Formats: sequence, structure tokens, C-alpha cells
Amino acid sequence: MEPNRLTIHELQKRFKNGSLTSSAITESVYRQIASVEERVHAYITLTEEIAMEQAREADRRIQEGNGEALTGIPIALKDVLCTQGARTTCGSRFLENFIPPYDATVVKNLKEAGAVFVGKTNMDEFAMGSSTETSCFGITRNPWDLERIPGGSSGGSAAAVAADECIASLGTDTGGSIRQPAALCSVVGLKPTYGRVSRFGLVAFASSLDQIGPITKDVEDCAIMLNVIAGHDPADSTSVPAEVPDYRVFIGRDIRGCTIGIPREYFVEGIDPEIRVAIDRTITTLERLGARCRDISLPHAEYCIAAYYIIAPSEASSNLARYDGVRYGFRAPDAENLLNMYKKTRSSGFGAEVKRRIMIGTYSLSSGYYDAYYKKASQVRALIRQDFDTAFTQCDVILAPATPTPAFRIGEKIDDPLQMYLYDIFTLSANLAGIPGISVPCGFTEGGLPIGIQFMASHFEEGKLLQIASAYEKNSEHEKRIPDL
Amino acid sequence: MDYEPVIGLEVHAQLLTKTKIFCGCSTRFGEAPNSNTCPVCLGMPGVLPVLNRKVVEYAMKMALATNCTVNRESTWARKNYFYPDLPKGYQITQFDHPLAEHGYVNIETTEGGKRIGITRIHMEEDAGKSIHDESGGSSFVDLNRAAVPLIEIVSEPDMRSPEEAAQYLRRLHEILVYLEICDGNMEEGSFRCDANISLRPKGEKAFGIRSELKNMNSFNNVQHALEYEIERQRAILERGARVVQETRLWDASRSVTHSMRGKEEAHDYRYFPEPDLVPVVISDDWKDDILKTIPELPLEKRERFVSEYGIPPYDAGVLTASRALADYYEEVARLSGRPKIASNWVMGDVLAHVNETKMEIEEVPIKPAALAELIGVIEDGTISGKIAKEVFEEMWNSGKGPKEIIENQGLVQITDAGELERTVEEVLAAHPQQLDQYRSGKQQLFGFFVGQTMKATGGKANPKIVNELLKKKLSTP
Amino acid sequence: MKITVQEVGYVAHLARLDMEEDEKETFTSQLNNILQYMEILNGVDTEGVQPMTHAISQSNVFREDEEGKSIGVERALANAPDGDMGFFGVPRIIE
Repeated sequence: MEPNRLTIHELQKRFKNGSLTSSAITESVYRQIASVEERVHAYITLTEEIAMEQAREADRRIQEGNGEALTGIPIALKDVLCTQGARTTCGSRFLENFIPPYDATVVKNLKEAGAVFVGKTNMDEFAMGSSTETSCFGITRNPWDLERIPGGSSGGSAAAVAADECIASLGTDTGGSIRQPAALCSVVGLKPTYGRVSRFGLVAFASSLDQIGPITKDVEDCAIMLNVIAGHDPADSTSVPAEVPDYRVFIGRDIRGCTIGIPREYFVEGIDPEIRVAIDRTITTLERLGARCRDISLPHAEYCIAAYYIIAPSEASSNLARYDGVRYGFRAPDAENLLNMYKKTRSSGFGAEVKRRIMIGTYSLSSGYYDAYYKKASQVRALIRQDFDTAFTQCDVILAPATPTPAFRIGEKIDDPLQMYLYDIFTLSANLAGIPGISVPCGFTEGGLPIGIQFMASHFEEGKLLQIASAYEKNSEHEKRIPDL
Repeated sequence: MDYEPVIGLEVHAQLLTKTKIFCGCSTRFGEAPNSNTCPVCLGMPGVLPVLNRKVVEYAMKMALATNCTVNRESTWARKNYFYPDLPKGYQITQFDHPLAEHGYVNIETTEGGKRIGITRIHMEEDAGKSIHDESGGSSFVDLNRAAVPLIEIVSEPDMRSPEEAAQYLRRLHEILVYLEICDGNMEEGSFRCDANISLRPKGEKAFGIRSELKNMNSFNNVQHALEYEIERQRAILERGARVVQETRLWDASRSVTHSMRGKEEAHDYRYFPEPDLVPVVISDDWKDDILKTIPELPLEKRERFVSEYGIPPYDAGVLTASRALADYYEEVARLSGRPKIASNWVMGDVLAHVNETKMEIEEVPIKPAALAELIGVIEDGTISGKIAKEVFEEMWNSGKGPKEIIENQGLVQITDAGELERTVEEVLAAHPQQLDQYRSGKQQLFGFFVGQTMKATGGKANPKIVNELLKKKLSTP
Repeated sequence: MKITVQEVGYVAHLARLDMEEDEKETFTSQLNNILQYMEILNGVDTEGVQPMTHAISQSNVFREDEEGKSIGVERALANAPDGDMGFFGVPRIIE
């Protein structure tokens, strides 16, 4: 087996017994990139030179016995995470040449843990999209079917892991942008509790919803990554100073006696029959392992999309006001005056979906509409959160589909924004409530497209998610496959 | 018709913190452009604000000093608008839940004391500075000032004349400076004021249409701009026309206000809760701790000086102009036990020297204890008032104490009657001609003999004793 | 509520976006489609519900008033489209 197919914990064993070096695995990752990247296009920027140097440094440390949690592991970063000295584009023409003078806190964490940075992955422009089609650096293709989307907005991060173009990656999730592409690419994706991971250096889309999380080949890797990035950061006022457990201890833990809630509102209509079957099979597996599944209710589930697509664009319209062509980024040439410079710059710097969301958000916050839109949506958000609080008095975790259908075809929804928004139906409630969610592979359709299942837990209960997900992963009956590239 | 002006003021005061409101950059004024900046105050992608605790404490000080109710929970909001000196495209401020509300300050009017209501005090960040190139087609932005902490103090429309407005403003200024939370420098923009003004027929309850005045950078400017605006609006109303609600800029060089019409945006600031910052919750304990740090405020101090030290209100006003001066005076008064004489010395010689040398009270070389000692040696007759002036000069220049100077230079007053009698006899013997003239009736020569005696003792003779001795000697042939 | 082409123009101006007429019309119809969907929220009784503005309830997060590192003029201006002479240059602001 090619070493780039291995997981973090498998690599660590090989580093330890000396059968593999970081330089060798890093080289094998770049060989894979050379052979498949032209078809997949998971990356915007590759940082091979730096990576090889980091790998050599890692090898020295491993030899000295000074390895950290991720020493020598090739990792990819979504291009929305600021990297000092390496351009950070957010998939936008606006930031095509932007070189941050600082590292995001998670990037610092990974560096300190010894990670090797492979490159910056493709994404929907400013993380606004569900298919990675809105990137101004071209679309990313699903490694399982190159005619289909990999999901989004962290499509590049999910595709890179699925295509073995890195060992693990970081994505960001504002409405499902980690869990949804992970499901569509047959990898594991975790969105932590809001406040668990510092957002400093994550280029904001919707500040009250954004969260950074790992995309990995298995659940144990997910725990290893979370161990490194979780924790309080004084530079992020919304990061929570709560103790961080060692998430690896939840891996392989018995799930007998766990109660799994099945929200009835999620299973009424619109779910692809093959996904339905995969979910039923998952429930059977979990019950066989001793978990108890029960019916629960999330009464305001049907309002999630509407509330989300008001709140997120409202915050975005404000977060994206800083792209004005003054201090960094793109500026349209030949403006006659300031107003003209602003308008020309922003109109040609942003793509259509970003502009659409800025418009929705600006409208929702504008005088006369605030109460009907932004305020109403924020009130509904409070009710949605209450639904979850109530539900978690009745169960440990909630099981839900990750997506209503498997990956759709490139171009299928791009001209119908509302249809695109509706695709996030099962993931964005976790962001509204601030709770953690994980998506784990649970099989394939007859046509060979990945299916993912999602678990959600109460605030700061990532451990429970990892416990259920790893138990399921070890005992699931669906076959393990690798994409044919 | 008789019109009554209705005036409300919005004051922005820069807080004297070492660092900016949401990042660790320095707030120092006058540094090289854009040198006090970092990714946070430059509004770079992905950065986040973290609130400076001192800002809350300083704002709370002002709120408590102006009798405001400090809200238990206050929150942050974004005010969205585009301007090159506003790096994020929004200003972080407080909107529907400000830090404090419902306060007041008292001012003195010709009809007696008056209470001016304070609607609210909230915290916010300042913007940067734009410099306009008069000749070329460019403007230049310096973000050193961006995110320097401000408090905005909004008054009720309680003022009825430019004088009242100026008084209210002076009162706020004085309190801010006394609290040592703002340097009060209007020229550098650490204390700024906008005014809302409208006219209504006297007796009318409803407000007229107001204009908002900006760009007034001194107390006099505020008063003059308001005076101008009252006349402008009166003229409009008197010819039966309507005042336009608008923002007007004060042009100090021409002493007029002019409209920003056409250049001003229809504002729609799209305020909404700032998701990157969490609410500020103020407990009673915290409030009490801050309350303990609030010093006696100028108005109270003034009243106390009058009643406690028996000095005139005018003198009390001069002596409380700054906290440092008031403290200086009070220490001299206390140590000397002669508050009135202390006030004469501080208001006279001390302030004259301070003004002349443009130094701060804290830098005055004569410490209060030394000045009190000087007053003491005058009072007990060790030196004369005249010599005291010389000693004061020497104290100022050398920093030495009065007793040391008096001793070293032998300035102690001669009160020994025997010694003085000898001197008087010598003086009389040395001037036989004048003595004859005096004895033949030229009484005005008495002063001449006093002067000669003082001269002979180097001014150290006790004048009272000299007088008595001369009277005795001259009357007995 | 139905958003008009004029309102789209106004909102675009507030957001400092330029739009051609045909673009405005596309946006108007898309926005109407989306806003119509949002009307589903009118069916929720939110009387007396406190709006949720943060995902996690926390308060009083502060930093101390201690000077940190500024990045220096050169780095501050390194990404600027017009950053000569130590300032950020912009087309003349008309006042």
C-alpha cells in the first residue's frame, strides 16, 4: 500500500518503529498530487518546498525522540485559514495575492504539534457555497465521480483527504461545510462546539456560526486532530476556557446503554431512498452494539434554513465590508473617485454568490426590515437551540442524515441559489445551536457514491460523538473502498 | 416672535488607556503614520477584537461621576458604513444596551443652578485619520488612531443658550480631566463635541427642526457656532420658512456654519449585535470598587474650599481648576494652618511662576511642605514679608528649604531692641543735618530715618521695633 | 414582502456594489424567490423570545491594558494596493 493512504495513527507507528520517515510520506503525498491533482483540483496553493523542509525537521525530531502529536504528518489547510507568509485567498479574486502577516491560532497549534503543511485547499468563495463551485480558482471534483461536486464549502479539504493528497486536513463549518463534503467524499468530518476551537485567523464568513474542524480518514485521526486544535485562545473572545479532555480516550469505548435520538422531523420527505436504507442499516448496527435508539422531536427543524439564510448573510454582509480595496487585496484600476473605487472594486472582486449573500444580508439589516428578518431569525434561532436542549435531556446523541442526496452533478444547482441552500438542511441546525456534529461514512449508493451519517451532541460533548462514531466505524458492515482515480 | 433655542450635545472623549480598545497597539499621539497598527486594528481578514478592561473601568468612572445608572449588562454592536479611515467597514460601538444611562451634571446659570440630563454613555472605537491632498487626486489614510477607545456622552436637549452649552461642556471636560481618564485636549481631538440645535417659539412644548453642528474644536467655537446657528435659524423662521434638518459644519475661519447637503449620505447604519464580542456584565462589587477610585469632583471641591477654608468662591474656582493644583493648595493650607495666606501665595507667586515657565504643577520645585514652612516663618516673625519674596525666589531657583536659605544668608529678622537701638543711634549720628531739620519741624523726614535704619540692617530689622525706637529717640533731644 | 428593482439598487449602493440593469433584474428575481421562502418564519410565534445573538453564552472577556507588538509600517502596508509614503492611498475623498 502506498504510504499516503495511511492514517495519522498508522503513520505514527511506522515513524516510531523506523519503517517510514516523514520525508518519505511527504514525498509520496506530492507524488499522488502530481498524478491526480489535475483531475481533482483540491488545492489552490501547494507549499512543497516548505513542506519538505518541515518533513526533514520532523525526521530529526522523531530520531531524537521529541515527536509531538502530529510531528511529520502531512496536513492540508482550507484556504480560509491565515498562514503567515503564505498567500490566503479564501477562494476569492479579491485576496488572490493576500499574504497574511500572522498565523491563525489553529495553524500555530498545528505547527507546534509538528505538522507538515502540504498546501491550501480549494473552497467556495469566502466559504459561501455547498459545492466548491463558487471558487474563483476553478471547481474541485469529487474523487469518487469526477462529474460530481465534492460538496462545500470545504470541498478541497475533503477531496484532498479522500484522494490521499494529504493525510488529514482542516476545514471550516458555518452551515455544514465540513460535515457535508466529508459525507459526499466518504471521509470523517467534525464540527466542534462553537467556542471549542479558536477562530482567530479564520477569515470570517458568519462569526456567530463559524467553527474550524478536522477532516480525516478515520475517527481516531479526528480525535488526534481535535486534541491539537481545541482549547481556549485569549485572542478569540468567543473561545471558551473549558477544560479539553484527551479525545483519544473515547475511541473504541463501549456504547452499550447510550441513547440515540432519531428526530422525526428529519425523516419526513426529500431524503434519497438509498440514504434512507443506509441510515436504517446504521441504526441496526448501533442497536446491535447495545445503543438504544428512540424517537425525539425538534419542532422548529423546518425553520432552520430560513433562519440560517438570514443570519449568516447578515453577518457576512458586515464581515465582508472590510474588502474595500484600501489596505489589502484587489483594487479596481481607474476609479474617478472614492465611491466609484469602492463599487468597482467590490463588484469585480467578488463573485455572484458572495454578492448575492451580501445583498440578502444588507437587506435583512437595513432600516425597516431588521425586525422582520434579522431579529425574527435570531428569535427563531433561540427556539431551535431550545429544541436541542430539550432533546438532549432525552438522548446522548442525535442521529441524522448528513445530506438529503448523494453528491449532485457539477452545474446542477449553481443557477438556482435556493435549491443550493436547501441542500444544507440537515447540517445547519448544529451551527445555529452551537453544538458539535460529526459526519462518518456509512456506505455507498449502487452507483458508487458515498453516503454519510451525522451525529450531533450537546455543547462540549465531542467525546460522545467520537465514541459513537468510532464504535460505528469499527462495526459497520459496508465495504471499505478507495476511489478509482 | 420670541424664540427659545433647544440644544443637546454629543461629546466624544478619548480615554487615556495605554493601548487601543481591542488590541495591544499603543495609543500614543504623534507617532509616524500607521506605525501603531497591527492586524487587528488594520481590520485584516480573520482577526478578532478583545476588549481592554481599562476601557470599561474608565467609562464606568465617568458614568458614576455623572450620576448615571450603570447597566448590569451592556452589549456591543456594529455600525456599518464605508469610509477609508474605518478599517473593518463597521465601527464597534454600543447601541441598544449602552454601558450607562440616565445621568446628569449641574451647571451654574444666571438664574441659579441647573441640572443637565445625560441620556447615555457608551464605549466605542475611534476611526483613523484621512489627510487630503489639496492639489492631487488622492487622500491618505493613517490608522494610528483607529480603535483608540472613546466614550460618547449624549446629553438630553436640556440647554437653552450657547452659554449653558459651553458651561455643560466645561463641566464634562473638567470631570474627565479630574478623573484622569481623558487628557481633554480639544485641538488634538481627544475631546470632541457635536451639537444638535433647534428653535421653538417660547412657551411651545414641541421641538423645532434641528440641525446638527460638527467640526467645533474649542469651547469658544462651540459657543460661536451655536450663536451663529440661532441667528440663522431665527432668520429662517421669521420669514416663515422651514429649517432643513441637516448636518452643518462650523467654519471657524469665516465664523459661519455651512451645509453638508448633497455630500451627505442617507444613513442606514444597519446596527446589529457584534458576534465577536461577548456582553459586559457589571456586578455591584465591581461598581463599588470603581466608585472608591473616584476622587472629589471639582464642583464639590470648590464648595468645600469656600466653606472649609473661608476663601472667596472666585479663589476656590481658580484653585480647583485642576486636581493637581487643588491638591497642592490644600496641602499648603493644611500644613501651614493659614488657608487664606496659603491661597494668596499659591494664586499669586506660585501660579505666576508656573504660567511664566509653562510647567505643570507637579513639576513646581517648591513642594507644599516648603511653602507652608515659608508661611510659618513669616507668621512667627522670623522674616519680613519683603524678605519672604526673596526667599521664595531662592527656593524656586535652588530647590532649598526656606530655613536653610534664611540661615545661610543671615536673613533672620533683627528683633533685638538693644542691637537695633545702637543702629538707630548710629544712623542719627551720621545724619546731623537731617536731624536738625526734623527737630525744627520737618516731620516727614521720619520715613527717611526708617529707611536708613532698614538699609543699615540689610532689610532685616523688624520695622515695628525700628519705628518705636525712632519715635522715642527723636522725641527726646 | 416583495423587493423591487429600485430597492435592489438601493441595497446594492449601501453595500457598495455596482450592478448593470440586467444583473439587477436577475438579483431581484432571485432575492424575491429567497425572501419568499423566508416568509415561513412568519408562522413561528416568537412573542417574548429573546433573540439569540451568540452561539454560547459568555460574558466579561477582557485583555489587560498592556502594550503588545505593533507590526510596523512596512508590514502594515505590505498588502496595500497603494501604500506609498507610509500611508494608505485612496482616490481623493470629496468633502
